[in-house]
Amino acid sequence: MSNVSKLILQRLILGVLTLFAVSALIFVGIELQPGDLAQQILGQSATPETLAAWRAELGLDLPAHLRYLDWLSGVAQGDLGNSLASRRPVADLLMSRLSNTMFLAAYAAIIAVPVAVALGLLAAMWRNSPFDRGVNVGALSAISMPEFFVAYVLILVFSIRLGWFPTLARIDEATSLGDAVYRCFLPALTLMLVVVAHMMRMTRAAIINVLASPYIEMARLKGVPRWRVILRHALPNAAAPIINVVALNLAYLIVGVVVVEAVFSYPGMGQLLVDAVSSRDLPVVQAVGLFFAATYVTLNVLADILSIMSNPRLRRG
Amino acid sequence: MKTLKTAPPTAWFGMIVVALTMLTAIFAPLIAPHAETEIVGMQFLPWSAEHPLGTDNLGRDMLSRMIYGARNTVGLALLTTAMAFAAGSMLGMFAALRGGWVDQVLSRIIDVIMAVPPLILALMMLAIVGPSIPNMVAVIAFIYVAPVYRLARAAAMNVVRLDFIEAARLRGEGTFWLMRREVLPNISSTLIAEFGLRFCFVFLFIAALSFLGIGIQPPTADWGSMVKDNATLITFGDITPLIPAGAIALLTVAINFIVDWMLHRASGLKT
Repeated sequence: MSNVSKLILQRLILGVLTLFAVSALIFVGIELQPGDLAQQILGQSATPETLAAWRAELGLDLPAHLRYLDWLSGVAQGDLGNSLASRRPVADLLMSRLSNTMFLAAYAAIIAVPVAVALGLLAAMWRNSPFDRGVNVGALSAISMPEFFVAYVLILVFSIRLGWFPTLARIDEATSLGDAVYRCFLPALTLMLVVVAHMMRMTRAAIINVLASPYIEMARLKGVPRWRVILRHALPNAAAPIINVVALNLAYLIVGVVVVEAVFSYPGMGQLLVDAVSSRDLPVVQAVGLFFAATYVTLNVLADILSIMSNPRLRRG
Repeated sequence: MKTLKTAPPTAWFGMIVVALTMLTAIFAPLIAPHAETEIVGMQFLPWSAEHPLGTDNLGRDMLSRMIYGARNTVGLALLTTAMAFAAGSMLGMFAALRGGWVDQVLSRIIDVIMAVPPLILALMMLAIVGPSIPNMVAVIAFIYVAPVYRLARAAAMNVVRLDFIEAARLRGEGTFWLMRREVLPNISSTLIAEFGLRFCFVFLFIAALSFLGIGIQPPTADWGSMVKDNATLITFGDITPLIPAGAIALLTVAINFIVDWMLHRASGLKT
């Protein structure tokens, strides 16, 4: 087996192990709570008989490790249990929400990645110019601002003052794609602003790092124009760290949707999670939490694998 | 004093903002015109001489709640960060000194905690224990033990290899004595710079949770939930809800500027 495939296999196994550990963590956490679900649903006044019947129905009378395995095999088959609040299967609740969240995250990523890479390139090209400094200060402030602040400022400017976009991003199955793109512009823009800063700074740093190498100096001495040096000589060599940071930020994007969805009342996974936490609907919390954790872990593993694959030194060995 | 003179304008700006926030937080009852939860008039009153920032969704004075909010939000963030640092650095130093299976077990547990996005982990844990202020502080402190542990362990690892630790061990000193007297003084500067940075994260975290309605619970005044409670005003073009949100942003930016300057100085780039 070559060096690269061994490394990749290691990362994959590590990722799977992490997922198992996370699922166990989620399960144990829910086990640790005082009292049990039946008691919580029925309240203090429930008779022992109804409590026992409920426990049997929810499978709460089995030992913990059996219930964990049961839950895990259920998850693998798409059976996530029933919501305590609405008594509907959790899987049904997730389906439409899942595609909505994915749509929003993809939308933001499609704008954010090119903008971040372009800004990073330009900042690296005109290093220490007023443009570079301006972009840097902007990025630093964007990183330290809460998402809801950015979101409300955008709402105030673009939908209240200018009236270009709706304040809420309400969509359902009947909404056409064009309409969805229009209504989700502000949430996507908010998410974009939050992740662009980090990606742009990393791109700039990666390019500047490469610009110090002798072959760049050689290209310059040959009389290659500056934009060509950056695009043809520097960018391909800086691709590995850029790809890595893009994948990491996609992971952040998926998670960052929680607050943004709440601001725009967007019917996604984040909103579902927040509602479930407020009403302490644990099967829903478990399922959505597992989804977010799994996406995050997968994208992180993907970032690792991509950076291994795009590293020529490892590829040769 | 001498180092203060060399501080760049951004760091000065940061220090002034932090000092003002601290003063507001400490003297909140003296400055605020009304009590924290006192209902003083109609709901959503506009800005006036009597209520400089108007009233909120329950008719409480916005300005007073902003002032008390400084105390609650910042105070809780400080408490949480301090708890995370106390536990995280103790565990990190302990793991570095003991090594072997103690280190392995602790580090793998920390790996799992760090594999889950913090906000999601916090939401899940709060769903289990129920949202309340002590629970929120405990949950966030627990989550932030992980990064502090990693940093403290890495920093302590460099120290425990040195000869004076070996000498102290040969003298027969116990692990806790070594932690307190030999390792901690040598890693404290690293930990202090990290504290500022982590405080920002924790502060934003608490604000986000409160904004989602799962953090600081009513009627306690706090900046995050004040944004949520008054968000409807935005749709009428009123900027009042942006004031608490802006205060959060301002304080984080200010602390970042100070930390930036401190890191810059610590790295020896003194020009």
